Amino acid sequence: MTIGLLVPTRRTGSEGLRACTAHGPLRDYSEPMEGLPPDEVLNPRLRQGDETAFALLLDSWSGGMLRLARSFVSTEESAAEVVQETWLAVIEGIGRFEGRSSLKTWVYRILTNTAKRRGTREHRVVPLSSVDDTGPTVDPARFRPAGEPYSGHWWEFPPAWPNPEQGLLGTEVRALLAEALAALPDRQRLVITLRDVEGYAAEEVCELLEISAANQRVLLHRARAFVRGKLEEYYTQEATP
Amino acid sequence: MNDLDCQQFVEQVTSFLEGDLGPDAEQRFIDHLALCDGCDRYLDQVRQTVQALEGLPADSISPTTRTALLDAFRSQT
Repeated sequence: MTIGLLVPTRRTGSEGLRACTAHGPLRDYSEPMEGLPPDEVLNPRLRQGDETAFALLLDSWSGGMLRLARSFVSTEESAAEVVQETWLAVIEGIGRFEGRSSLKTWVYRILTNTAKRRGTREHRVVPLSSVDDTGPTVDPARFRPAGEPYSGHWWEFPPAWPNPEQGLLGTEVRALLAEALAALPDRQRLVITLRDVEGYAAEEVCELLEISAANQRVLLHRARAFVRGKLEEYYTQEATP
Repeated sequence: MNDLDCQQFVEQVTSFLEGDLGPDAEQRFIDHLALCDGCDRYLDQVRQTVQALEGLPADSISPTTRTALLDAFRSQT
């Protein structure tokens, strides 16, 4: 155990300090260094066996890795094993890592390879199209039918939601969102999780899941509409005792 | 001519948010939005949904796995 990471990094001193208290996985894949010291500080520490540095990586990246792994294998358990296997490979290989790519890219490549190998072994096949991917996303009964005046327009506007408290989600709403995500068909769940929970860009999701841009958009659209519907149900029930 | 109805509007929300509607379709979408409080609210609720998802805490590895990996790291180096 060393206190090496408390030494101010080349970026700013406070950032170096903050890194030591960062425990949640990082949200934004495109800014992998947020909350972590830069590679040129981390890499030597890892090679020297600095456990604090390794723990920091574990805590910063494991959540995102888990979700990514989940795109390739069939169960949560498999995904957790993929992440564990990846970290073991990282531990084993860190001495040989030459820094030709960023540390995170290197770790994520190991993860993707491990996950794909296992996904193939499990014969996980994500169907190219599914019945869940067609049809309206909002119940047609909520709109005036053809032949009515104003056909295709709302019978009644969607009910208003309570004002969200910025950045604060109640425990109930969180549980509801998790439940809604779990209830989605696989591909929709993967896309909305990677896009909206994890913060990947559309192109990255297309690449990871090997789907077209149009397909990605359809899946995201259906998934968001579904989750919005669940929130609406929840808020409507709450309003009527 | 604005022939977009609410039922079509709700199916274009994601394309709109992704910036994937062509200029004409986007104009029709915005024209509808300007006149329809129901669709304005719908779009806003989709945005709120996305924001709520962004606020979800991330899952991570179990404490047991974490400890095992730290042990593995220690014994390797």
